Amino acid sequence: MSLEVSQLTKLYGTQKALDEVSFSASPGRILGFLGPNGAGKSTTMKIITGFLSTDSGDVKVMGKDAVNSPKEVSPLIGYLPEHNPLYLDMYVREFLEFSGGVYGLYGAALASRTKEMLNRTGLEPEQHKKIGQLSKGYRQRVGLARALIHDPQVIILDEPTTGLDPNQLVEIRSLIQEVAKNKTLILSTHIMQEVEAICHDVVIINKGKILASDSLSNLKSNSDETILILETEEELDLEWFANVGKIDFGTKGRVELLISTTDPALARKAIIQILHERSLNLVSLNQSKKNLELIFREITNA
Amino acid sequence: MKSLFLKEINAFFGSLLGYLVLALFLVAIGMIVWVFPESSVLEYGFADLEALFTYTPYVFVFLIPALSMRAIADERKTGTWELLRTSPLSLVQIVLAKYLALLCLVLVAILPTLLYFYSIMQLGEPVGNLDQAGFFGSWIGLIMIGAAFAAVGLFASSLTSQQVVAFVLGVFLCFVLYFGFSALAEMQLGNLSYWAADLSLSFHYINLSRGVIDSVDLFFLIGMIWLFLGGAVLVLRNK
Repeated sequence: MSLEVSQLTKLYGTQKALDEVSFSASPGRILGFLGPNGAGKSTTMKIITGFLSTDSGDVKVMGKDAVNSPKEVSPLIGYLPEHNPLYLDMYVREFLEFSGGVYGLYGAALASRTKEMLNRTGLEPEQHKKIGQLSKGYRQRVGLARALIHDPQVIILDEPTTGLDPNQLVEIRSLIQEVAKNKTLILSTHIMQEVEAICHDVVIINKGKILASDSLSNLKSNSDETILILETEEELDLEWFANVGKIDFGTKGRVELLISTTDPALARKAIIQILHERSLNLVSLNQSKKNLELIFREITNA
Repeated sequence: MKSLFLKEINAFFGSLLGYLVLALFLVAIGMIVWVFPESSVLEYGFADLEALFTYTPYVFVFLIPALSMRAIADERKTGTWELLRTSPLSLVQIVLAKYLALLCLVLVAILPTLLYFYSIMQLGEPVGNLDQAGFFGSWIGLIMIGAAFAAVGLFASSLTSQQVVAFVLGVFLCFVLYFGFSALAEMQLGNLSYWAADLSLSFHYINLSRGVIDSVDLFFLIGMIWLFLGGAVLVLRNK
């Protein structure tokens, strides 16, 4: 285990921002830190990186105590904070050289690391531009390059893909997958598809509490329930389907229902029956295995 | 720490701000010393740079907080403070690097006034008839005042994430320390006057400008700098 978080508790006033948060991450696997906004994702990351203090609990990075000696641990961590703060009036190359210098690199080592990072993040053509002139996707690359300049063992990315367009999203994701080889990488997000696309392990957090912590495949196969997605032209009422299974409105609001059941054949029959009785116009009825989004909704609403 | 220091220096000279402030300072001081009839050396008729040393602190009270206001406030506002704080640099190193960069800028601003010294030397009758000890005492005093104001400005910048607030606070604190206490001392309050004078930056500055570099005055100014830099570190540690 290259990162171990145990029993982390953080109070903001009397409100518990984190309540005994524990999880661990290991090299070569990407850990997705998943939770709604305000769940405590950023707070946890800020404590690991030493930016915030903790009220109780321990963080061990490569076996070293991050809570009591943050300066010993900081060279081991590459951190991309939320909103990716950068010096907008610095040039890309200048900024990377400055950041490397802060981490104690100099001379030939600094020059070769800077060159390597520019190369790996595809920033070489932009290196003489000011950061303020770059698009959001390129700024994200600069932030990533900065986080990696000192070749850290543990990489912590706080919402690295927020606000990117679909093309940039794919590019940044593949960049993250590439840099994660042999390193421990944690990324926080509230986008489920992202976790399904690139993560190996998932930690789900809500209101400061860890609700699930498992590998993605385990989390998905643990559930033997099937989801039926029903869409009609008329607005639906949850009570009509109360006997069919566990139900919830879907993303399209009142005309779409998500019905989870262990016996899909029976449920389908019952649904058709109800549609017929109430003379509703069916638009579609689909069946799928549980995806992470549904698991997440189930866990965080429970 | 060196990287941060160089970055700060580059930030001044890579942007318009550094040049603007330096140019403004030199123009203002040049006007006061050579042009305005009330303070001009040429009108005064004596080979003496009293005007430079009397009026520069007035300009510094505004100028130095303008230079220092963004030092920490802006980093906190844009979030880059988080990058610095999660780096291996300690808080003391960060504050010190920023302070040294400010100090360099103040030195660069004051350095050209050595030309005034040369000009007045040449204008003296006979040439070179000038109180040199007085000049260099005042000159060192001026650097110390600049250094003290820079520490005060940096402290003000550590209190808030709003540059404008940092500027107003900085000006206010510099003003109180330089003019406020000496004004209080003049109010004839017995022992209190004595203490107020002792606390006043201008009192120690005037002592230095007599040409006698007394260690008490130097220690007072250096102590003041440490106090405000330490204050900044404390404030930032508790945030």
